[in-house]
Amino acid sequence: MLLEISSLRGGYKPIEVLRGITMHVDDGEIVAVLGSNGAGKSTLNNTVCGLFPAFGGEIRFEGRDITRARHTDIVAAGLIQVPEGRRVFPNLSVLENLRLGSYRRGRERREQNLEKIFALFPRLRERAEQRAGTLSGGEQQMLAIGRGLMGEPRLLILDEPSLGLSPLLVEEMFALIKRLNEDGLSILLVEQNVGQSLEIARRAYVIENGVLNFEGTPAELLANPQLKRAYLGI
Amino acid sequence: MLELSILFPALLNGLTMGAVYALIALGLTLIYGVLHIINFAHGAALMMALYGVYYLKDSAGIDPYLALPVVIPVMFAAGYALQRGVIGRASHGKDENILLVTLGISIVLENLALFLFRSDTRTIDTPYTLSTLDIAGAMISLPKVVAFGGALVTAAVLLLIVYGTDLGRAIRACAKERQGAKLVGIDVDHVFAMSFGIGLACLGAAACFLLPAYYVNPTVGNGFVLIAFTVVVLGGMGSFSGALLGGFIIGIVESVGGLWLGESLGQIGIFLIFIAVLLFRPQGLFGAKA
Ligand SMILES: Nc1ncnc2c1ncn2[C@@H]1O[C@H](COP(=O)(O)OP(=O)(O)OP(=O)(O)O)[C@@H](O)[C@H]1O
Ligand SMILES: [Mg+2]
Repeated sequence: MLLEISSLRGGYKPIEVLRGITMHVDDGEIVAVLGSNGAGKSTLNNTVCGLFPAFGGEIRFEGRDITRARHTDIVAAGLIQVPEGRRVFPNLSVLENLRLGSYRRGRERREQNLEKIFALFPRLRERAEQRAGTLSGGEQQMLAIGRGLMGEPRLLILDEPSLGLSPLLVEEMFALIKRLNEDGLSILLVEQNVGQSLEIARRAYVIENGVLNFEGTPAELLANPQLKRAYLGI
Repeated sequence: MLELSILFPALLNGLTMGAVYALIALGLTLIYGVLHIINFAHGAALMMALYGVYYLKDSAGIDPYLALPVVIPVMFAAGYALQRGVIGRASHGKDENILLVTLGISIVLENLALFLFRSDTRTIDTPYTLSTLDIAGAMISLPKVVAFGGALVTAAVLLLIVYGTDLGRAIRACAKERQGAKLVGIDVDHVFAMSFGIGLACLGAAACFLLPAYYVNPTVGNGFVLIAFTVVVLGGMGSFSGALLGGFIIGIVESVGGLWLGESLGQIGIFLIFIAVLLFRPQGLFGAKA
């Protein structure tokens, strides 16, 4: 098991947002995490990545206990998040943003990896010297993903990568995620775009109010009329 | 009308002081850019560095220029420790707190200096103190020429670090996007402390270049921090090129202003500029509009 989360509790002292989450990601999977606004999905990501301390429970990555590890060590281990809202460095150029993606990990292969990212996103190569803050939303999302990939992730957490993209770009984004996964990358995908996420995910979890209320395959989720109505509106 | 024979040396003198102002302001800018605070302890730290240079010369006989490899690392280490151990801890992440903490540090340092070194103004004597250099007919004191060159070289090294290294990129990244920085594995507290350390290291260099042509007393830093603050505002808060150019402008204004108003009133021009900038171009020469 790549990532193993058991009975995880966490939040923003004193408010507990995550009230006992147990889930896992296997090597090579795309796992979707769904749930409505404020359910605690981003809190889960940030707790796993060590940005906020866990209140209780356990997080293991590649068998190692990282529940209390520093975020720097978690990145170094290859657990890398592309956060909600992109969080690119607006005052740095596209190239500098990508370079910093390998600040903690993958620095030895920085130049090769840069080439790979530019091959994946030719748009970023064209704009290599442009300040990231002046990129369009879609370009910033590509940059955020590119920056994450520069760290040679073992597991990539994507928090709402399709947020704010036009329908065409959303299509492209999901195609890209699928391709990255086919090339061997394990992905934890947090999304509001339930339909498209379920098309590419092998398994899915649904979080509501800080607890899981579903786990299973996309087919099982779609077979549940109640969940289908709640998350797909049909 | 002033004669060129008077104006030209004044310009050169202004440029030499300007380079040192720029260096001090670059340190202030770096700290401001990353931590979003004006380091009120900047002047007191410079004063301490000047005393360091003074005593290295006075008690150990070490020439101020040869003291560079000692003073720069010591100031860097002091800055790193101060940010990590005191400022970062005491501020609890609130910018207003950092401001007060640095103000407190400056008061402590000044009084410590009064206690340890007394209020006397001290100067050092070196073989080259009174040497001059003939630049196109203008006689400029040799230590000032060295200060000019040294400050420019130090500034160039600083800019190389800020724009050409991972540390520099991380420093600029933390200035604007701390969560993003954490997510690429940047240790933000470490980067803050590095910025503070490098900012004070600039003061270490400035102190070595200044003292042969200057003096030290416990309040000597106050004048510099006011000037450096003006430079930073003039250049545009957080802009490195602005701080460089601003330093030169202020140096020249002070020196040429001194021709008309006399040595001690020359600084009036600086504060007139300060007020004018705040009134007409609050974002500074190079700053982006807020
Ligand atoms: N920094 C914070 N401090 C305090 N409370 C927070 C903080 N960030 C989020 N919360 C609260 O935690 C809860 C969960 O938020 P979270 O961002 O994890 O939701 P989410 O599932 O990611 O929602 P969305 O789909 O809108 O992104 C919300 O009630 C939110 O208000
Ligand atoms: Mg979220």
